[in-house]
Amino acid sequence: MPAVKFTLNGKAQTVDSVPAMPLLWVLRDTLGMEGTKYGCGMSLCGACTVHIDGQPVRSCVTPISTVAGKAVTTIEGLSADRSHPCQLAWMEEDVPQCGYCQSGQIMTAAALIAKTSTPTDADIDEAMRNNICRCGTYDGIRRAIHRAAELKRMGGAR
Amino acid sequence: MNTQMNRRGFLRTSTATAGGLLVGFYLPGTSLLAADTAGAASKLNAFVHVGADDLVTLFIHKAEMGQGTVTSLSMLLAEELECSWKNIRTEFPGVSREYGPSQGVVGSGSIRSSWESLRRAGASAREMLVEAAARKWGVDKSSCRAENNTVVNTATNARLSYGSLAEAASKLPVPANVTLKDPQQFRLVGKATKRLDTPSKVDGSAAFGIDVRLPGMLYAVIERCPVFGGKVAGFDATKSKAVPGVKSVLQVPSGVAVVADNTWSAMQGRRVLQVKWDEGPVAAENTLAITRRFAEATRKPGAVGRKEGDAAAALASAARKIEAVYETPYLAHAPMEPLNCTAHVRADSCEVWASTQGQTAARNEAARITGLKPEAVQVYTKYMGGGFGRRARADYIGEAVEVSKAAGAPVKLTWSREDDMQQDWYRPASFSRFAAGLDADGWPVAWTTTIACAPFGGLRDGLARTGVEGVADMAYAIPNILVDYHAEDPGIPVSYWRSVGYSQNTFFTESFLDELAAAGGKDPVELRRRLLAKSPRLLAALELAAGKAGWGKPLPAGHGLGVALSNNIGSNTVQIAEVSVAHGKVRVHRVVCAVDCGHVVNPWGVEQQIQSGIAFGLTAALKGGITIDKGRVQQANFHQYDMLRIDEMPKVEVHIVPSQASPGGIGEASTPGIAPAVCNAIFAATGKRVRRLPIRAEDLA
Repeated sequence: MPAVKFTLNGKAQTVDSVPAMPLLWVLRDTLGMEGTKYGCGMSLCGACTVHIDGQPVRSCVTPISTVAGKAVTTIEGLSADRSHPCQLAWMEEDVPQCGYCQSGQIMTAAALIAKTSTPTDADIDEAMRNNICRCGTYDGIRRAIHRAAELKRMGGAR
Repeated sequence: MNTQMNRRGFLRTSTATAGGLLVGFYLPGTSLLAADTAGAASKLNAFVHVGADDLVTLFIHKAEMGQGTVTSLSMLLAEELECSWKNIRTEFPGVSREYGPSQGVVGSGSIRSSWESLRRAGASAREMLVEAAARKWGVDKSSCRAENNTVVNTATNARLSYGSLAEAASKLPVPANVTLKDPQQFRLVGKATKRLDTPSKVDGSAAFGIDVRLPGMLYAVIERCPVFGGKVAGFDATKSKAVPGVKSVLQVPSGVAVVADNTWSAMQGRRVLQVKWDEGPVAAENTLAITRRFAEATRKPGAVGRKEGDAAAALASAARKIEAVYETPYLAHAPMEPLNCTAHVRADSCEVWASTQGQTAARNEAARITGLKPEAVQVYTKYMGGGFGRRARADYIGEAVEVSKAAGAPVKLTWSREDDMQQDWYRPASFSRFAAGLDADGWPVAWTTTIACAPFGGLRDGLARTGVEGVADMAYAIPNILVDYHAEDPGIPVSYWRSVGYSQNTFFTESFLDELAAAGGKDPVELRRRLLAKSPRLLAALELAAGKAGWGKPLPAGHGLGVALSNNIGSNTVQIAEVSVAHGKVRVHRVVCAVDCGHVVNPWGVEQQIQSGIAFGLTAALKGGITIDKGRVQQANFHQYDMLRIDEMPKVEVHIVPSQASPGGIGEASTPGIAPAVCNAIFAATGKRVRRLPIRAEDLA
């Protein structure tokens, strides 16, 4: 099995894996990083969202071979201490219920506020509509994204 | 906040904490109380542990699937314990009789079953700490008071921390009687409180069942017959075994398991597995045939679910007769965390790690399969990524136990999303035939409903409560009512789905009542007001919702308001939806929800659950259904069984009716009413009456 080298949450990482194995299962089963969730396996729900070179990507359909040389950020690497504006806002608004989809929601939202400093409700709809929350925490997610963008603009957090 | 609980881990932390107070309680039905030092392994099952480090550990004997139980039960304990909210941590204990005969979270019952017992547990622990302080100071207990993790000597103002008192307190007898606070004195209960589990759910550290990882653990998936009830006739695993990472392929009662050193390899091995099935009789079923069969059944009288007066005679003599048929489909639960369970079967013991709504049922299932005594089975409760009733079934627990037993290793079994959708225990499809009579003034005088639906949860004299609840127990005072039921079972597995029978029957009842309002020339709120004259709590919620929603006031062009109410799980809920329809698509703009759920523990939790229940019910109203062809489910993943999205979520306004009544449930309170509120609003906006779910474009044209 070929070795794949990439950067994971800022650190060099090498894994030996079948090239077709999705990043999701490499993270969860090979590396024991279980914050990234399996929800559908078909890029339909967004629970497995991570960043690759800053872009939100569905890790359940991303073969590990395509990650070689790239920088992957997971929920565990978003901040060391829940200090990312999205995490702060998510706690302020007390968004999660069951919580299972929230890693993916937060990663998608973090990518949104990284490129859009003041997202409108329409921007939020556009960015977030492919992330399913079965508990229906959508109102909280929307409020938290507005708040996270505000925190980021204030520069009070990374 | 919530660390992974395992017995060894707990023993370590407990014994590391010198001494400590551990108070155990038998819940209603038993009467024994028990207390001992934390180090005693036999006394691990309890609600309160106070460490020498001043940290208070609350044992949450229920489970968390998002409904907020960890937080609300902690509030009940902490209220009487007088501990500092910042000093608490929570853990899920194992299964024990101390926690009642059947541990689990079903029927929105956690608060209702814990409201008094957990406050008693907190109060009793507090009294022991106060007694310990009094003895230390050599004063009478009456001059001591508990406050913010300390006991205060009211004569001297001296303070002793809970941590410094814990060991002495643990040696005291458990008080036989404790006085609970007057609700006026509550400082936590009734205050909107943030969830204790949120921090762990924003950094990926919350441990769900699917996140369990054990040394030497193998990963399994199971290929099951696509037709319900089908059996393995034979299989060829040659190709599966050639997939890198696949360790073994094993026949188990529910199908054929592929066991590998990671989940992906197991899934790949399953993909090339060749299984020959004996599909059985359900292979002949399809949705059209099932609907026809149900419709035909409702033409004849069934088992009586409610009888008031003489409905047939009243119908015959009514000034006007209204008739309609309604139908709803099978529905999957689709929790975001696919089903999974990790089991480790050994010769003399079995450990089970599971996100489950039924810990006792999980333990019993593992005991049944292994032949071990229930006491030899340890169940570790993990966070659930949604449950909605699905995780009250222990089928997936049993499967993991079977595979671990056969593989001779710890095994994590994961269901794919396709498994989840195609092998569920579904909300049953239902068909109902309504007739009603109006008097000359347009008021209802007779009401009949005949329902055909697959039974579950017990069948008595031909009647399943789960098939008729929401119609048979409606609060409307109509003098002549007949509700009857046909148990028609096409062999598709059915079970509890958030709000159970109310999930379809409230849609039927509230929609048909709206038809009567229209036929009789009555305003829908006015008709309900009149029929609820003897239901003061529902009536108050109706008035609150109507007032807040601006019922009767002008709306934007093309908009309509619809009202629906439900009284399930001991709570009274009234919803008013504002809807518009354009190009065959329904837009739900706003939902005003008034709820009387008795004494509220956490108003924020109530608001979250009302939002959640509405999203869940709205998904069923606007999105897909499960359909059957050749005995198979035709939907496999979210592209075929869609969920409500962020841009479809209405603005929800929650208004709580203040109440000192016993608490009701909340997790299922708002699911039943949203579909009829929306459909009644569609009627108000367009004049189109929707009589089947999900709402289809052709029903709006």
